[in-house]
Amino acid sequence: MTGRLPVDVVTGFLGAGKTSLLRRLLKGPELAGAAVLVNEFGEIGLDHLLLERIDGDVVLLKSGCVCCTVRGDLKAAVEGLLGRRARGEIAFDRIAIETTGLADPTPVVATIVSDAALKHRLAMGAVICVVDALNGAETLDAHEVSLRQAAAADRIVISKVDLAGAETTRAIEARLRALNPSADILLLDETSAPPALWLGRSDDRPISRCVADQPAAEPGHGAHAFLLEADRPLDWARFGLWLSMLLHRHGGDILRLKGVIEIEGVTAPVAIQGVQRVVHAPEHLDAAWPPGERRSSLVVIARNIDPERVERSFRAFASSPIVAPSCAIPA
Amino acid sequence: MCGLCGSFAHGHWSDGVASASATPAAERARRASVANAALAPYGLALKPWGTRYVLASRTGRQSVVDGFGNLWPAAERMLGRACDPLDEAVIARLERSGR
Repeated sequence: MTGRLPVDVVTGFLGAGKTSLLRRLLKGPELAGAAVLVNEFGEIGLDHLLLERIDGDVVLLKSGCVCCTVRGDLKAAVEGLLGRRARGEIAFDRIAIETTGLADPTPVVATIVSDAALKHRLAMGAVICVVDALNGAETLDAHEVSLRQAAAADRIVISKVDLAGAETTRAIEARLRALNPSADILLLDETSAPPALWLGRSDDRPISRCVADQPAAEPGHGAHAFLLEADRPLDWARFGLWLSMLLHRHGGDILRLKGVIEIEGVTAPVAIQGVQRVVHAPEHLDAAWPPGERRSSLVVIARNIDPERVERSFRAFASSPIVAPSCAIPA
Repeated sequence: MCGLCGSFAHGHWSDGVASASATPAAERARRASVANAALAPYGLALKPWGTRYVLASRTGRQSVVDGFGNLWPAAERMLGRACDPLDEAVIARLERSGR
């Protein structure tokens, strides 16, 4: 697992301020050693030695699953960068990708974590979603893709807070927190220095717990965030069977899955996360279980799905002993 | 390095094994057994076959699958209908069998 380059993804709806954020970060230490890939050159010139433009080209995997669509152009751009790095032509220690504003970031994440040629050389860093404090609520109402962008994020940056004012900012923050309780939310104005956004590897971080059962606002589009918990260690095979079945049938509506699980036979906590049908390679965390908190805990952000039904299914499949039944279920 | 991480680099995310002491063949047999608890209500069964598995129906249809990653698409093609873990009948049957 060592030696893989971290890749961060910056997403957000049109006009949210992704390019502006990147431009400001490029001046600071966070991106000093990064190669940056952008979907389109905006009016704000990004002045960076390792800036590459990605052209539109989408390749469908054999499965035909939209969520597993691999960005052929992205793969080519990343492989080009890695090749030049290997030949000593350029040097960088991480890659940042800015998605187009109308895109669900899932295919980008899928390319990094699933592509056979890239997944051994790259590790997902953070998905960062920029939400405009002024127009974010309207955008969430009008464009479902903006909901998917925010749900997929590890960190949400609320931009233009100085223009929006405190009350509007608090409202959009509450809505985003209800939608994605597992994400850190950062407020950004025009004058402050951008915060350090880039996450380290997940096993560098302490185990954090999320609360997802008391939303303070309505996320919209029928989305809910809820928590799956288990006090006993999970059997990895049974958990994998259940989750693969759930994502195969309902992956388009599972906007985000993130948490720490306790697996039978494994001492360390294991971090697991996914976006729609794309699941990252699970990781052992270096951090030990905090005293009294040795239990599995997964935040699920889903739409059009009954959380209670998911919890019952999780318990029936993955969290209690199963004896093979003999009778067929009627079609 | 435990088997969980060791296997992740190659196939589907679910392919890793938690127990480094189990042989690959024993792990495949156990996984097939776990899968069969969920497949039996559909009249399907999974058996290890070399480094892969064979999914079979009661009518004799068969399909080779690599693991859990492509098990469910194959099962649905064979059945001609969805395998839904949120189906009330599926959950209720597993709840009864787990008591």
